[in-house]
Amino acid sequence: MANPQNTATMQRNAKAAQQTNSMAIIAPLAGWLLPGLGHFIQRRWIRGLLLMLAVFTMFFAGLAMQGKVYSFNTGDLLDILGFIGDIGVGALYFVARMMDWGIGNIHRAVADYGTKYIVVAGLLNIIAAVDAHHIAIGKKP
Amino acid sequence: MTLELSHFNAALVFALCASTVFGISQRNAPRDMFRYGAYCFALFIGGVLLAAWVMWAIKH
Repeated sequence: MANPQNTATMQRNAKAAQQTNSMAIIAPLAGWLLPGLGHFIQRRWIRGLLLMLAVFTMFFAGLAMQGKVYSFNTGDLLDILGFIGDIGVGALYFVARMMDWGIGNIHRAVADYGTKYIVVAGLLNIIAAVDAHHIAIGKKP
Repeated sequence: MTLELSHFNAALVFALCASTVFGISQRNAPRDMFRYGAYCFALFIGGVLLAAWVMWAIKH
């Protein structure tokens, strides 16, 4: 006959494993959608805040420098890669598209830096989302 | 609002943000995160200064 104490422990472990599994999907998705959120929901407040600050600073500085936000396209390879980088920033990308931000300005050299800032903000956010996933699966404290 | 940054200031902001994310994501302990972030920042800025001097040398 099974020991009731062992059964309870096994049930607790199974529940914890299930929560970890769902968090392994939710954390990176939340982190992608809003920079830092993947860390916040796992109670990594300071890391989440720093990541959020870094990505937001890059993104909004890029917009303020009149950088371009790429739309979906199937044209030039660099434009396609630009779109992939931009979409990494999650909800901010869709807000920027809805508000018509990031039209770009080819007459200003600084605007080109802004375009790169926006792309890199998206790429950094993807790194942050992967980090949130690593925390969720226990690969990282 | 329009932001006017010099090349060097733009590189500084870029290096600071990228180093922050690299430091947090590539190390496990807070102390190591800070050290790795500072290391990346130094490499970024060192690379910028080195490239600037190389371009100066090519021009002259």
